[in-house]
Amino acid sequence: METTAAEPPKPATGVVHLTPDELETPPLTLRQLAWRRFKRHKMAMFGAVMIVILFLYAFGGALVISESYANQTDTKLRLQPPSASHPFGTDTVGRDVLARTIYGGQISLMIGLFAVLIEVSSGVLIGAFAGYYRGKVDALLMRFTEAMINIPEIFLLIVMAKFFGNKLPDVNILGRTLSGSVVIIILIIGLTSWMYLARIVRAEFLSYREREFVLAARAIGTSNREIIFRHILPNSIAPIVVAATLGVASAILAEAYISFLGLGVQPPTATWGNMLDGANNYLESAPWLWFFPGLLILLTVLSINFLGDGLRDALDPRSRAA
Amino acid sequence: MTRYIFQRLLQAIPLLFIISLILFILMMNMGDPVATMGGRQATRPADRIRLTRQLGLDQPGWKQYLFWLIGNDWTKVDMDGDGTRESPGTRRGVLRGDFGTSLVKRGVPVTSVIWERLPNTLILMIASEVIIILGALLIGVYSALRQYSLMDNTITAFSFIGYSMPIFFVALLSMYIFGVLFKRWGLPYLPTVGMFDPKVGKTVGQVALHMVLPVLSISLISFAAYSRYIRSTMLEVMSQDYVRTAKSKGLPRREVVYVHALKNAALPLVTIIGLDLPLLLGGAVVTERIFAWPGMGRLFLDHVSRSDMPVVMGILMMISVAVVVFQLITDVAYAWLDPRIRYE
Repeated sequence: METTAAEPPKPATGVVHLTPDELETPPLTLRQLAWRRFKRHKMAMFGAVMIVILFLYAFGGALVISESYANQTDTKLRLQPPSASHPFGTDTVGRDVLARTIYGGQISLMIGLFAVLIEVSSGVLIGAFAGYYRGKVDALLMRFTEAMINIPEIFLLIVMAKFFGNKLPDVNILGRTLSGSVVIIILIIGLTSWMYLARIVRAEFLSYREREFVLAARAIGTSNREIIFRHILPNSIAPIVVAATLGVASAILAEAYISFLGLGVQPPTATWGNMLDGANNYLESAPWLWFFPGLLILLTVLSINFLGDGLRDALDPRSRAA
Repeated sequence: MTRYIFQRLLQAIPLLFIISLILFILMMNMGDPVATMGGRQATRPADRIRLTRQLGLDQPGWKQYLFWLIGNDWTKVDMDGDGTRESPGTRRGVLRGDFGTSLVKRGVPVTSVIWERLPNTLILMIASEVIIILGALLIGVYSALRQYSLMDNTITAFSFIGYSMPIFFVALLSMYIFGVLFKRWGLPYLPTVGMFDPKVGKTVGQVALHMVLPVLSISLISFAAYSRYIRSTMLEVMSQDYVRTAKSKGLPRREVVYVHALKNAALPLVTIIGLDLPLLLGGAVVTERIFAWPGMGRLFLDHVSRSDMPVVMGILMMISVAVVVFQLITDVAYAWLDPRIRYE
């Protein structure tokens, strides 16, 4: 590089002259192309920045405010409106709402991420097996998927929450003691949301399994497992990433819905959802109880949707055709 | 076409069977309905055993499912709860239209428990759907005709917000603004909970007034998806040759847009409406809870919390059947409206 910069090549007459810069610029990799498309998407950039801020709020805020403070009750201070010492006010038992939105945010974001992990692994496995093996496996798995899709998610969530109950003991995650219901909520959200992803992955596998590179792999004796996970799956990563991103938003919403109904994460562990449980009884007298957690949920879901939309344009431009 | 409908109906049978099986398995751990039957007092152990036997809850799961599905009038059951099966069963099973009786409201058939609440949910749902479609058509066409204008971009941003909005947040905000703040400012305000004012009674005006906020909340979050959809189909149709022909032969713009283009652009909407209608039944769970609306969603929540398996199962199966049937109707209606579509 430095040698060419020191000694510029002499232009040959009659030949189109390229500046050293143009000669040096390597073709953009797929990743760089995607990044360029993503950067152009203003709303997606906004979403990405907002998500970083929200994560800083939930996890950075924990460095400033301790968890015991977030769970500390003081009935003398119940239902205080926002003030200098309690910027978001206090709740029905005198806990600081700001502190609880910070610790609740950690749980809500964590539930979103882990639930999607379950969603993606079950969706990919079921979709991949159905699409790759076809025949009986496909018929069986797809009937099951179809049956699950036909039951509206909120009902499935409520029934599953009842099914698993809240019988798990408290668990320790990241040095915090959490109500066992967190694990259950992650599990049921993951188990009620994989169906659309499974369908996407199945469609991808159905088309890729007929391609030459799969035939070639099979011809040299590659095992089915290798073909599925090493050859086909990396090709269908784009729609999976997009679906997973948008899945985090729906998982956070699902947690909020189910906790709002009082069937989600049990107090004292706070989540943005269960902070809203019972808040409509204080609609008139304490609007700060529901306004701040609700706003945070909205901001998070909105930013993730922006991000997912940008990722779709960047990674999977064809899917935009419709 | 008849053949296609017949085929689809045949496919629906195993599907509904699998759904009922999944749901029934999930119901097996719903909690003990007998525990809350004594009202405030704890149920006595002897009564508990007798009740469990009388309700058939002591039977293994597969037998309970079999009785639920095909009834138990072909075998003997324990009617007096003494541990011996002596009298013939009376249940006719779901396949013969008998969903059993509610455990909470002893002896009341599940179907009448549901029928009592269904109209309340339906009026809320249909009113919302009508408003959503009209509003979305208006917004969608407007933003398609002025693509990338300031207004279009603003609408796009707002649709994203609406799309990301949890229903309870819209509901609480609208209740606070139109119910609480308007009252505080001395403006005419809207009622926030219930279906009618008990002092006035269940009049048409009262119900309509109480419907405003729930319908507004449901519509606000659904406008987004619908109007985006219409915008994109409208943009597609507007660039087609026949629209250009209509324009070039000098038809007034209004006629081109609303008669020629909109007819085709709104067609795919049938699909979304058909798939969404049964889901609105489900979406109503949270809305009905917030607005204390006595519909199916609240019925479901009440009976889930008291482990009333027959009613919960009845509601879920009804909704699943609605989903399956509406999918079929949607496909058929779409093929009928758009002759280009042919099913084999």
